[in-house]
Amino acid sequence: MEEYFFNTKGLTVGYDGVPVVRDIELSLKKGEILTLIGPNGAGKTTILKSIIRQLEPVAGSVWLDGRDMAGMSGSERSKTISVVLTERLRTELMTCGEVVAMGRYPYTGRFGLLAEGDRKIVREAMELVQIADLADRDFGKISDGQKQRVMLARAICQEPDLLVLDEPTSFLDVRYKLEFLSVLQQLCRRRRVAVVMSLHELDLAERVSDRIACVMEDRIDRFGTPEEIFVPGYIPELYGIRAGSYDGLSGSVELAAPAGAPEVFVVAGNGRGTSVFRRLQREGVPFATGILWENDIDYPAARALAAEVVSVKPFTLVSETALLRARELMGSCREVIWAIRPEELGELGAKLSAFEEYKNK
Amino acid sequence: MMEHDRKVRDKRITKSGQMLNYGRYGTAFFALAVLALLLLAVNVCVGSVNIPVRAVMEAISGGKMSGGELLGEKLSGGVMSGQNLSEGNGSGVGTVSLYADIVLQIRLPRALAAAILGGGLALSGYLLQTFFHNPIAGPFILGISSGAKLVVALMLVAALKAAVSVSSVMMIAAAFAGAMISMGLVLLMSRAVERMSMLIVSGVMIGYICSAATDFVVTFADDADIVNLHNWSKGSFSGISWDNVAVMAAVIFAASFFTFLMAKPMSAWQLGEAYARSVGLNVRLFGALLVLLSSVLSACVTAFAGPVSFVGIAVPQLVKRLFGTARPILMIPACFLGGAVFCLFCDLIARVLFAPTELGISTVTAIFGAPVVIAVLLRRRRA
Repeated sequence: MEEYFFNTKGLTVGYDGVPVVRDIELSLKKGEILTLIGPNGAGKTTILKSIIRQLEPVAGSVWLDGRDMAGMSGSERSKTISVVLTERLRTELMTCGEVVAMGRYPYTGRFGLLAEGDRKIVREAMELVQIADLADRDFGKISDGQKQRVMLARAICQEPDLLVLDEPTSFLDVRYKLEFLSVLQQLCRRRRVAVVMSLHELDLAERVSDRIACVMEDRIDRFGTPEEIFVPGYIPELYGIRAGSYDGLSGSVELAAPAGAPEVFVVAGNGRGTSVFRRLQREGVPFATGILWENDIDYPAARALAAEVVSVKPFTLVSETALLRARELMGSCREVIWAIRPEELGELGAKLSAFEEYKNK
Repeated sequence: MMEHDRKVRDKRITKSGQMLNYGRYGTAFFALAVLALLLLAVNVCVGSVNIPVRAVMEAISGGKMSGGELLGEKLSGGVMSGQNLSEGNGSGVGTVSLYADIVLQIRLPRALAAAILGGGLALSGYLLQTFFHNPIAGPFILGISSGAKLVVALMLVAALKAAVSVSSVMMIAAAFAGAMISMGLVLLMSRAVERMSMLIVSGVMIGYICSAATDFVVTFADDADIVNLHNWSKGSFSGISWDNVAVMAAVIFAASFFTFLMAKPMSAWQLGEAYARSVGLNVRLFGALLVLLSSVLSACVTAFAGPVSFVGIAVPQLVKRLFGTARPILMIPACFLGGAVFCLFCDLIARVLFAPTELGISTVTAIFGAPVVIAVLLRRRRA
């Protein structure tokens, strides 16, 4: 038990004594990242707020380095935990350097003046997140991506052992998302900081996290490594996905397949079919596709979007049944689209071309 | 090697950048202090009777003794008594002692009051702007001054009826009670409304209600004694005695000193409540203290000068631009100085422009202050 730096024991969180999420048992080592995922309104923010004590827990306790956090004073806590929150700052005439320097608050004296040592820490934090050049810029006049990094530098300056972030990447474009999480990962590795955060981006959560907790309805449904969480079929269940689909391996999503009997047959393979499938989906045309080996890159999108997929097991020869089914479908469809040239499919291509000629007669 | 050179250069740039800022702060403080002293001097010399500087110096240096006697005479006069001693009607008295009277009994206390109350008012505005994270908050616009005014008016009318004399301390206490009532209403509103403009609108409404109630009280209590009350309820620095100056200095300097001690938590609060909490600030205690201090400051001002508009909003804004920062540790003394300068300047205009007729102080402060507020709003919209 002692090896965990951070853990919760029977923690129940909520507002005004009304529980939102019950019996939370989480644990984390130093230098690791724990990510909370789950549908909107499941209580991720409530859990984070309770960990940082902006909310009083309804029941249970949060332990840090073997100490119950309920017994810590505000100033003790501020030297151990720092935060990056979703609320947006409305600063007035504050430079980024000043915002970052606010992280030194728990360490400065009566009037909050920075000593040389504090300045050095501020400078290092800004260098770590690569915003040293923003020091004198007005915080109100920089981009969201830069702001988020300034807030991270501020949190780092506080020299925390535990860093708590609430959806830190939500307002960022894809480039800033990746940069932000890279910095966070470095921070964990170099400074052995434990990180607890919530993320909406499942693909990023899977890649950056050491542990993942799934918040569903009023409980932690699963808690484990990304490999344990991202098993086929679980994410759609967690999020209650009804329209469309989510592919666990690639982390990509597809909208709902058009309903009805297939009108078009797409000859796909080698990844060429996916964009055609998506286009047909946008136009609302039900389609069938084939013949795909199940390890083809086109296969996940085909499964998600096609009315029917004619497929064969990986690394096997195309079976007679598959060929028959393909011929049947091509016959019933009004049109055949070749996403891939027949020559590229070799013998199979030749057979499918023959089916198409037969159909046109 | 080149790397090293660049590092050295970068260091120098940031160092000189910092020095530039310190230079700016120093220059700004110096300029404000010089302006305050200059305006103090002009306020004493200029009026319906212009007094040469030399005579003023003589009056101040030689008049210490006689000033003391006069002081004793006036002590019992209460808050409004100074006005009875109107300027320039002492034809039977020698010019020197007349000058001494004007300088020592009227102008000097009045100028000091304008400086102290102006400083307190601007500081109160800065506290409210910080507390509500709202750049156009201020004691007048949020109805706090008007609340103070109402309770003071009620107390004065009651005291006149009962023929009880009213001390400065009683005035401040009444004003504080009124300020806290308005403040309580504003705080309730601030919980109910999300947008900062709605907070201002509700504050203005509270102000109107209080002003209407005050007018009602003043109208129906109308008799000879209440003329001063009428003047006061419109805002004026006239009729300030040395006794008043001593009390207001004690209250406002004490409140300002405590405010200065809160510079550090205020800087944390500027990042918002949640972040302030995360760095270990006791948010409730802090909020209560800030509300209390700003109420004491604006109550004290209202007790002596009535409601004075726009100083609380405009001065902190002007001072922030002048210094190019909103750091509380700089802004607290700077707002005080700025408020002193602003009110000395406005009171000078109020007294001199149409002398011997005096303008209400709020008339003048509004003319200079309201455009600042409009400018702030326009800047916000663009940003």
